[in-house]
Amino acid sequence: MHHTLMILVVAVITAALRLLPVMFFGRESRVIPPSLMYLSRVLPSAIVSLLVIYSLRSMSFIILSSWLPAISGVIMAALLHQWKRNTLLSVFGSTACYMLLTRML
Amino acid sequence: MRLRAFKAAFPRTLPVMAGYVFLAIGFGILLGKAGLGLGWALAMSSGIYAGAMQYVTIDLFISAATLWETALMTLMVNARHLFYGISMADKYQSTGKFKPYLALSLTDETYALLAGERVPDGVDHRWYYFFVSALNHLYWVLGSAIGSLIGSALPFDLKGIDFAMTSLFVVIFIEHWQKKSARIPALIGLCSAIICLMLFGPAGFTLPAMGLMCGVLLLMRSGTPIAPKGGM
Repeated sequence: MHHTLMILVVAVITAALRLLPVMFFGRESRVIPPSLMYLSRVLPSAIVSLLVIYSLRSMSFIILSSWLPAISGVIMAALLHQWKRNTLLSVFGSTACYMLLTRML
Repeated sequence: MRLRAFKAAFPRTLPVMAGYVFLAIGFGILLGKAGLGLGWALAMSSGIYAGAMQYVTIDLFISAATLWETALMTLMVNARHLFYGISMADKYQSTGKFKPYLALSLTDETYALLAGERVPDGVDHRWYYFFVSALNHLYWVLGSAIGSLIGSALPFDLKGIDFAMTSLFVVIFIEHWQKKSARIPALIGLCSAIICLMLFGPAGFTLPAMGLMCGVLLLMRSGTPIAPKGGM
């Protein structure tokens, strides 16, 4: 029961975050303030950086078995993607690298 | 008309299919390990449809979080969707009955596909947006189902598979970095995130980080005559 409630909370809040701006600013003839238009152009790139840091938030710089696999995985993803520009290869290869290292250390 | 839109949309979504199916399989497997099966995976992937948050939700299940903690986490992790919605609002103004679904299915990757690109000539933009959004949603749901079904059958332990999410974000980051105009915002985001992580800790840094980056970006704009163009 608690799990169901948790999922509902996540779903409702996520839905609200997505619906509110589109239904509000998306009404025909609604004018969007220039500062918001500007933010909507530049924020996505900034937010993706935040997402990278967010996914690494529990990484410890002190514990080798924590940072070595993670940093290696990130570097591997970057290298693979610069090389082949193939999302599947980059994600698969770096995840495999990470999983291998966590078992070795 | 519909077919032409579909034919235009489908190839564009193939890169996302690759990433989503893999990530969703990982999600289905991890969810299974937490004791929740196919029905749960399908419900979450259809109804929440937010990769990062779905992975976080598994964490919350395992750590027996309260509803309040769950709500706060959702707000922080998914706050960026507010800005995706604002960014697409003018494009979605004329989509009529499609608008609610288009809004609800606006994920990072769907946004990436739709925000920077023009709708191909001669194609109905409403059906195009719909097919891109719906196909990505389908890949996600299907991947979750597959992961949920094969999870218990795998002979080896899948510890660490959630790193796929980090990898995907790194890949998207690099895609943004290729566009020179997006580099300064990307760096501002990176610095804001790291500073706030150090100040506020892993549990509460995303909202301050978003505030900080918005503040810096807006200050930059009033300081310079030319704003960076084309964030995506």
